[in-house]
Amino acid sequence: MSLPTVNLLTIRDLNVRFATERGELHALRDVGLDIGKERIVGIVGESGCGKSTLINAILGLLANNGRIDGGRILFNGRDLTRLDPKSMQALRGIEIATVFQDPMGALNPVISVGRQMRNIQYRSSLRNKEKDARSVAMLQRVRIPDAKQALHRFPHEFSGGMKQRIAIAMALMMEPALLIADEPTTALDATLEVATIDLLKDLQAGIGCSVLFISHHLGVIAELCDEVVVMYAGEVVERGSTSQVFNHPNHPYTARLLECDPARQAKRTRLLPTIPGEIPDLRHRPPGCIFASRCADHRSACQAPPPEIEVDNGHFARCIHARHHDENSRSRRP
Amino acid sequence: MAMFMLFCMIYLIPGDPAAVALGPRATEAMREALHIKMGLDRPVWVQFLNFFTDAWTGDLGREVLSDRPVLDVVMEQLPHTLILIAGGIGWSVALGIPLGAWAALKRGSPAERIIGIASVAVIAIPSFVIAIYALLVFAVHLRWLPAIGAGEPGDFKDQAMHLILPSLAVGLGWVGYIARMVRASMLEVLEATHIRTARAFGLPERMITYRYALTIAILPTVTLLGVGIGHMLSSAVFAEIVFARPGVGKLVYDAILTRNYPLVTGGVLVTTVLFVLINLFADLVVGSLDPRVRSRF
Ligand SMILES: Nc1ncnc2c1ncn2[C@@H]1O[C@H](COP(=O)(O)OP(=O)(O)OP(=O)(O)O)[C@@H](O)[C@H]1O
Ligand SMILES: [Mg+2]
Repeated sequence: MSLPTVNLLTIRDLNVRFATERGELHALRDVGLDIGKERIVGIVGESGCGKSTLINAILGLLANNGRIDGGRILFNGRDLTRLDPKSMQALRGIEIATVFQDPMGALNPVISVGRQMRNIQYRSSLRNKEKDARSVAMLQRVRIPDAKQALHRFPHEFSGGMKQRIAIAMALMMEPALLIADEPTTALDATLEVATIDLLKDLQAGIGCSVLFISHHLGVIAELCDEVVVMYAGEVVERGSTSQVFNHPNHPYTARLLECDPARQAKRTRLLPTIPGEIPDLRHRPPGCIFASRCADHRSACQAPPPEIEVDNGHFARCIHARHHDENSRSRRP
Repeated sequence: MAMFMLFCMIYLIPGDPAAVALGPRATEAMREALHIKMGLDRPVWVQFLNFFTDAWTGDLGREVLSDRPVLDVVMEQLPHTLILIAGGIGWSVALGIPLGAWAALKRGSPAERIIGIASVAVIAIPSFVIAIYALLVFAVHLRWLPAIGAGEPGDFKDQAMHLILPSLAVGLGWVGYIARMVRASMLEVLEATHIRTARAFGLPERMITYRYALTIAILPTVTLLGVGIGHMLSSAVFAEIVFARPGVGKLVYDAILTRNYPLVTGGVLVTTVLFVLINLFADLVVGSLDPRVRSRF
């Protein structure tokens, strides 16, 4: 099979299931996305839609009760779903690095920052002094004041924003090809969030890595990402470039999500619109369109699984109502 | 408070200490004289106050039989008890931490279940039963280890051989406590975000288990041991009696039999102080192991 060399990561038809006491939970269904080299791709979706599950599947770190049930995760042409644990471990930290959701708990509380950064470089043949020098340089890049001293300090001695920057420094120290950031700014306040986003952008440009950025904050995604993937209840319902998805949403869920975003609201109403209905139970997934039960525009045809329709160049939506851009609104195209 | 209760309990022990000390052939006058010397003729509250104020200055009185200062007699025996307890802690830590960690890593396996059942079993068996059976099996029956005494003074190997069984009797129950505690906290730590981070950095599983998880999982053990020292001290009494070892426990036991009250109070008081000191020490150890606590000092 010939592979598109422009993509660093290609996911196709990925399914993940969790064994639970009350039956099997189909957490991801037929998920597909592409991450080009040096691109920043954002994933948006409500809590519980499977964003963390997706990155754990990529990293080979699914919980013990979870398994990949079909699909491919191609990273630089290698299928990660077929990789043995040892090769997977060799990839983690070197080629794929991760910053997790919770900056408070992401660092080991009883090991000094310097020691943790040195441990991350355990595969390198450098001497400890040289490793520490690299750590200091990296901490300086994320603007930790007094970086040399910081090596001797423990995580609890830093503020939340600083801890998150240290976590970013650790992740980027080995200059990975792909940085995965799972809601790295959610726990931070707004000013810190902006600063962290700017920092990430700078570092990404400097290192030349790709970024998979997860957030449920649409403003952050719009600010940072080249491309967006919209997830709903374990499925990718729409994906495309940020401007395509934000300006011409084709899936009704994306449209509602954009309407619900407080930042985008004009002062028309004081009430925040919410999407009526609830996320379907992932243990008993409806066979057809996953959004049908909450969709204002659903037909009998929605009982069958909707195809992923390419509405524009690189812009896909999983909805029978989706139309190619030319048919849809000729006027918008130049 | 502890001193007051101690005083009351000893006062309530039936039997006239002077009569027991002097034996059946003592005359009424001899008993009177000893009463006055021991202060037993004065009202109870005066006895208590005297005891209390003297104890503060480190004067625990003189013991009845040899007329030596109680503190000296107790201090002479203290090292034996300390070594016994240190041995007990050694056993419980050396067996409990690896077993607990192993049970956590082999979650859901038969090994975990066996360790779980064995832990509860050794906690449930009283230490004197362990002491007696250990004595019977290893010393009397198999003759692998010496049965009684503390070994020749100065002969380190002999003393160590004499320490193995009594300290096992003291520590075995704690193997169970520690194994359960380490297992529980290890399982908790392995779920923590920072362990996931460590995995995401591709760190070797060995480093994650021992350096990143176990160092945190053993912290509650130190606190547990600090609190458990009181329990170990009481096990030490049985072990010293069963194995006829010198020590504070044996000293107090013999003193009770002979109604040698100053020695009883002195022995128990020193142990209480020891208990407090060891707890303080445990806090310091936790502080040295856990930077989060350390910065609070
Ligand atoms: N180990 C597991 N066992 C069973 N179900 C799981 C497990 N992990 C995740 N799930 C389920 O899979 C679904 C997706 O969860 P996931 O954590 O990936 O969501 P998320 O999009 O990251 O949410 P959030 O924004 O809150 O982080 C949820 O319904 C969750 O309950
Ligand atoms: Mg998540």
